[in-house]
Amino acid sequence: MSSIGQPVLRKEAHAKVTGRARYVDDVTMPGLIHGVTVRSSCARGRIRGITFGPGIPWDEITVVTARDVPHNVVALINDDQPALADGVINHPEEPVVLLAHPSRALLEKARAAVHIDVEPLPAVFTIEDAIAARTVVWGADNVFKEYWIRKGDVDAALARVAADVVLVEGEYATGAQEQLYIEPNGMIAVVDAASGAITVSGSMQCPYYIQKALMKLFGVGPEHARVVQMETGGGFGGKEEYPSMIAVHAALLAKKSGRPVKIVYDRAEDMAATTKRHPSRTRHRTAITRDGRIVALDIDFAIDGGAYSTLSQVVLSRGCIHAAGPYDVENVRIRARAVATNAPPHGAFRGFGAPQSLFALERHMDEVARVLGLRPEELRRRNFVRQGQTLATGQVVRDDVDMGAMLERAMTLSEWNAKRACFAEENARGGPVRRGMGLATFLHGTGFTGSGEKHLASIVGAEGMADGRVRVLAASTEIGQGTSTIFAQIAADAIGVGYDDIEVATPDTRDVPNSGPTVASRTCTIVGKLVESAASSIKAQLVAAGTLREPYDARAFREACAKYVREHGRLRATAEYVQPKDITWDEERFRGDAYGAYSWAVYVAQVAVDMRTYEARVEDFWALQEVGKVIHPVLAAGQIEGGVAQGIGWALFENVVWKDGRMANDRMTDYIVPTSADVPPIRVVFDEQPYAQGPHGAKGIGELPMDGPAPAIANAILDATGVSVRRVPARPEVLFESMESAGSSEARVRTRAPEGGDRVA
Amino acid sequence: MRSDIGDFELAPAATLREACERIEAGYRPLAGGTDVMVLLSAGKLGHARWVDVWGIDELRGIEVRDDAIVLGALTTYTDVRRHEVVVRELPMLVQAASETGGIAIQNRGTLGGNIANASPAADSPPALLAYGAELVLASRAGTRRVPYADFHTGYKKTVARPGEIIASVVVPRASAGDRRVHFYRKVGPRRAQAISKVCFAACADVSGGRAGRVHQVRIALGGVAPIVVRAHEAEKAIVAGESADRVGDAIGRAIAPIDDVRSTARYRRQVALNLTRDFLHHVGLDA
Amino acid sequence: MTVSRDVDIALRVNGEERTACVHPMRRLLDVLREDLALTGTKEGCGEGECGACAVLVDGKLVDSCLVPVAQVRGREVTTIEGLAKRDTLASIQQAFAELGGAQCGICTPGMILAARALLDRVPDPTESDVREALAGNICRCTGYTRIFESVLRAVQLERGAP
Repeated sequence: MSSIGQPVLRKEAHAKVTGRARYVDDVTMPGLIHGVTVRSSCARGRIRGITFGPGIPWDEITVVTARDVPHNVVALINDDQPALADGVINHPEEPVVLLAHPSRALLEKARAAVHIDVEPLPAVFTIEDAIAARTVVWGADNVFKEYWIRKGDVDAALARVAADVVLVEGEYATGAQEQLYIEPNGMIAVVDAASGAITVSGSMQCPYYIQKALMKLFGVGPEHARVVQMETGGGFGGKEEYPSMIAVHAALLAKKSGRPVKIVYDRAEDMAATTKRHPSRTRHRTAITRDGRIVALDIDFAIDGGAYSTLSQVVLSRGCIHAAGPYDVENVRIRARAVATNAPPHGAFRGFGAPQSLFALERHMDEVARVLGLRPEELRRRNFVRQGQTLATGQVVRDDVDMGAMLERAMTLSEWNAKRACFAEENARGGPVRRGMGLATFLHGTGFTGSGEKHLASIVGAEGMADGRVRVLAASTEIGQGTSTIFAQIAADAIGVGYDDIEVATPDTRDVPNSGPTVASRTCTIVGKLVESAASSIKAQLVAAGTLREPYDARAFREACAKYVREHGRLRATAEYVQPKDITWDEERFRGDAYGAYSWAVYVAQVAVDMRTYEARVEDFWALQEVGKVIHPVLAAGQIEGGVAQGIGWALFENVVWKDGRMANDRMTDYIVPTSADVPPIRVVFDEQPYAQGPHGAKGIGELPMDGPAPAIANAILDATGVSVRRVPARPEVLFESMESAGSSEARVRTRAPEGGDRVA
Repeated sequence: MRSDIGDFELAPAATLREACERIEAGYRPLAGGTDVMVLLSAGKLGHARWVDVWGIDELRGIEVRDDAIVLGALTTYTDVRRHEVVVRELPMLVQAASETGGIAIQNRGTLGGNIANASPAADSPPALLAYGAELVLASRAGTRRVPYADFHTGYKKTVARPGEIIASVVVPRASAGDRRVHFYRKVGPRRAQAISKVCFAACADVSGGRAGRVHQVRIALGGVAPIVVRAHEAEKAIVAGESADRVGDAIGRAIAPIDDVRSTARYRRQVALNLTRDFLHHVGLDA
Repeated sequence: MTVSRDVDIALRVNGEERTACVHPMRRLLDVLREDLALTGTKEGCGEGECGACAVLVDGKLVDSCLVPVAQVRGREVTTIEGLAKRDTLASIQQAFAELGGAQCGICTPGMILAARALLDRVPDPTESDVREALAGNICRCTGYTRIFESVLRAVQLERGAP
């Protein structure tokens, strides 16, 4: 029986519930020494000198500075980030010196004894200051990247603003968010004394990113830069890129010391120094008819990329493309900029720019509805995109999506109408607790943006083993989301054997082909499809060789596979991604099929606000989504529930306190994520419309649940209290100040055409 | 772990006397470790010599006397939550205990440690202050009792003399015939495992039913000043039957909140005032 | 200024007598992981906030990062390694495995021990009991929903439900 759609036991379940799963910090080896990082002490400046203070046996300690780095860059996209600061400092957590020694206690004293003398330079800490460019800290104008999306004629539409078409303006902002995977980052590097070959193992999402960084920095080929993923205790995007930094650091120390080196960050270092979600601010100008048809969306979206460009342009493109949401709008203009500041670089975090721009859009929709006197669901209903209509990039919607029906269903499940009415009545009595309902309707693109998948050209392998089972070979990592399990399900089904007949290889660049990074909701749908294809090829080879005759059962397959391996030594197949012919994308103009498919969703939040303490609490939550075929119901629901909880955290609690570019609350005591006492019941409903290009019709799922909670919760706060939340997290302190300054929260409305053309900001 | 453990000493002590000898020699007591070990891990533990008092039976146990409940300094939050008489008579202390950390912290954190750590944001001190608790301080010279209201003198400063350790907490029991109103609200950043932004505890003794007169009230607030504060002036205003606004004004004068990574001064002040109103409503004094 | 010497500390871990010659203030977490090679207990924060290092001492849940080892001298410590009987998972482990209570797995050992401590005291907990009992154990993957289900399922398994 096929295991597709069945809740099979996850592959590493036994190891994880018994404590046998081995994470990087659980591993030691003979001769292993520890490495630590000495970081800059100010946001921006010139290094005048580095002093190694007294009382430390420096001759016993391996010391690495920029001078020891062959090619000082952490390769990613623009290669502008050094592995160790050389002369200049661009953010307050910039690595400057590396130290290694067998004693961690001595290393801590040594770290404290290194003094980096810096001549401070003016620094930039906000998006607005970066755009104003009075101080330039990157390139010519602090702008890492700028994209425009243009559809129709926004200026002409704005000129129509008059009695029958109104213009509603609003500005929204989101804060940085720490991924807070519970396993901090860590790497072990070993250098082979004879060949100089480097092997790095540790906690990561993207082994081939790390290999690329090692190859570039040391100037070696892939055979001298091997990367092995160990059990990884969560990532959420936070282990997409920064592990490359830690890997090259560990490798530099291992090279210089001639010993294996382990670097494991403690929680404070991991929180302060590694990447977080990009802070954002978005300005909306919406021209809309009095009866609620959107005429034009004019959007200015900006994200804070921190000190180096890293992944910001890719985050920006996803944020930009999602900024206009699941609506059919004739005229759309989106200006999107990623700017430089002197904070540590911001990076990937579940949703990758889309949660930021969708927060602004879905909040703005409620403001627009309020101005028009429409119910929020009614405004959305009048503007949903349908099959055959076009999204902002001009992409024709091919899915048979019916957001109106999904909205209806979500409203029924949540008893939307009855609750809204009941809460309105209760709230009018003026008690200390006010309740409200809020919703968000949104979409999330599956896989890399635009031509990304074509450029990645991912490869998956499968090989028959001597015992007759089949092993899947992919670099896609299991980081808790269930990669190994769903790959085994897909391969088993493609071949027609049992789930236990499939093994999924450890991602090790020596053994597995590059199936691309584990990001962008691509693992199940894009890589899974390649798994299906590679597994099918194994079967086909056996059939073609006459070793296997159809129909067969699992036992017959195992025997045929074992026989073939015995006789031929090797049974192996690969599958490479080929972009479907009907996908076209213009990278210059940001026109065309931004994603092969979208997942669609309607989320509803029920929120209570305590007017004595200004605390908002999510009391109940409904998450309805269309994600194509669900491969594993328990894992899929777990993805949604986990994403919703992170979304609740981002909406209400998770506040990075910045002090001159440095995270001031770098402790779990002070960076607040939801506990088991803080999450509401999360009611997950899947609507399954199979997607032709996905394995069994599966689309992407991992990032989607991050997009909806924040705007749904903020909209519920509006419903409960009349307070318009313009910025998340909507901490009690912020709600208090908003209530104090009541009146300023009204959206700006114009009934006259605005000045200006493309200048949105 | 950022400390070199070799820089520290943890001396054993089997009896209170042994512990007091160490303390007189400059050691500090280490109880459940929920504060001290955090600092050790973070490389921020400023004191090197510690005496382990966790195993000293004399500092453990809850004794119910006719006039008072005596809680040994090593009473854990879990002990507080599970003691029948404490649950019945000191519900604010029980609530504070149940809202301190998670279960693992409640199994190890002690009342004595919480008081000695002298954090203005601690959860049980406001409850103890509102119950009019006294502390028994022990040293080699013997013991002395000090009203808890006089114990904290400034941020992380106390009246404990060198060589003294908190031995127990004495909480007087209510006199028969009174209706006692207990009102405790911890406002933290989330519902569990949280450090208070504002903590409000009030205990009122009312004679003669709901419309009766408050003849004694003690109000204490945490998180809004360098120490946990008693609001004496507001208490007097309540007993004198003054208006809710006057009581609020007095609370406002008793506190001095600040901006920090956890909250803002403005928010803390307003919430303290809102909770005062809520308390007055609760006790039937807002009509 | 080294003032405490390493001393022999004997304790029972998962039913076995163990001795470690260590500094008395060494964290129980480090003794388990480094001196006794029991790496199932994880370090997530080192400040008692995340619960990844939770173990049972005489049946009581503690954060092992906050316990100086001198305080468990002669005590019984239960870690995640001590729950399964040979290769047979304990019911609580079985439930976590089947119902998606473990995703990335790093919080799982502490979470399971927190659940064990609850069930030892309250054999038939409500969901609200479970929420309170696990509130000191942070999970960033699951949103806790599947963890609640796993604990409630373990209750059924312990009653002999199929």
